[in-house]
Amino acid sequence: MQRGKGMKFVGDSRVKANNRMPNVPKDYSEYPGKTEAFWPDFLLKEWMVGAVFLIGYLLLTVAHPSPLEGPADPTNASYIPLPDWYFLSMYQLLKYSFASGPYNLIGAAIIPGIAFGALALVPFLDTTPERRPSKRPLPTAFMLLAIAALIYTTWESVAATNWEAVKAQGVISDKHLGLLPDVEVDETSEGYEIFQAQASCIGCHGGDLAGVSGPMLLGNELTAEEVSEVIANGRGGMPAGTFSGTDEELQVLSEFIAGLKEK
Amino acid sequence: MLNKIYDWVDERLDITPIWRDIADHEVPEHVNPAHHFSAFVYCFGGLTFFITVIQILSGMFLTMYYVPDVENAWKSVYYLQNEVAFGEIVRGMHHWGASLVIVMMFLHTLRVFFTGSYKKPRELNWLVGVGIFAIMLGLGFTGYLLPWDMKALFATKVGIEIAASMPFIGGMIKTLLAGDATILGAQTLTRFFAIHVFFLPAALFALLAAHFIMIRRQGISGPL
Repeated sequence: MQRGKGMKFVGDSRVKANNRMPNVPKDYSEYPGKTEAFWPDFLLKEWMVGAVFLIGYLLLTVAHPSPLEGPADPTNASYIPLPDWYFLSMYQLLKYSFASGPYNLIGAAIIPGIAFGALALVPFLDTTPERRPSKRPLPTAFMLLAIAALIYTTWESVAATNWEAVKAQGVISDKHLGLLPDVEVDETSEGYEIFQAQASCIGCHGGDLAGVSGPMLLGNELTAEEVSEVIANGRGGMPAGTFSGTDEELQVLSEFIAGLKEK
Repeated sequence: MLNKIYDWVDERLDITPIWRDIADHEVPEHVNPAHHFSAFVYCFGGLTFFITVIQILSGMFLTMYYVPDVENAWKSVYYLQNEVAFGEIVRGMHHWGASLVIVMMFLHTLRVFFTGSYKKPRELNWLVGVGIFAIMLGLGFTGYLLPWDMKALFATKVGIEIAASMPFIGGMIKTLLAGDATILGAQTLTRFFAIHVFFLPAALFALLAAHFIMIRRQGISGPL
């Protein structure tokens, strides 16, 4: 590199005024085989692969809108939690008896830690210059085993999940959208107080009468007799005899619920 | 005209060497799918980057509507999904891209592994790649909470419980992520938003830059 006297710079910068690299593309004829320039020759071919990929990607996006469940409600204790699909294998690991409970550390830290650590250290574990998979059987075998374990645990997790129950839970309801029926609830009435005092009522139908796991009571179409009949004998998913109180209170409550008619 | 602008900039900044490194370098035959169809396996890394760019762009548009607050997060996502023009497409691309980027990155990792491309002198680039893998998983985990719907809340609850079950550091990780030792709520959402939108992307950009500079420095590994 030329230094000192005779060097000319652009102004007071360190960029040389002369001997700059000419902007002439390289001559690839001296390279072996069918080597070509990245820009624009190869990038165009890569873009063609990208375009095919993008079409599939967009078709997927249009055909399957991204899911959205109802807003988060931490009080719902019956919700079956599920992580995104690429965490299912790690999630499944914690369900095996050798990696959960007292051995939780094995499933939560040791096995994922060993797997990820081994992946990171691959170049330092496999130091032979041989590159063909068939010429380095141990690394190849370990990787194939790891892939098989990933696929197997993910598959087990998928098979053990009740997908219909998962799909049914968390559905967006009118309640979430603020589309409750137009019902005036008299919160000072005796029936309202009886309802609020019954843990089994508000547990399923909600303190706001808009339903949780049980149906919404606002805007129901039952008569007072039918309501007390349902409370006494149950209906559908509702068990019989959960009401604890006197017959008079039952009568007041039934009339209150039957009075929740849409205007 | 363009040449004159180029020369004007080049005289002051000497950009030709930079241009050479970014654009005008050799691509050997064995990675070119136009010459060998099986060379499409060498496209997985480029496709991973392609999806990453889409994730960044779609994510930028999502933040135009998204509100990281427990009262409004779900409402803003619902509005974006159902009312905003093409909001469903933008959110859909971000949602599916999050899965596809994991798939392509996994395939890219397998390509590098089975072609033995991580061997000397490319050990450092493999390490950086594993770091990118970890960051992508972190982005997936933090992004899952942001719509603040039922599955988001309960999946995050489980994830944080697993992290909290670690010995010694478990409690600290939980407090760091959730913002509180017991509550998973408003703090958690804002923290996950900050991690998802600022911390992890910043780390991702740094590692991607290192990944690409190393590739340019060393070139693509030769044919088997």
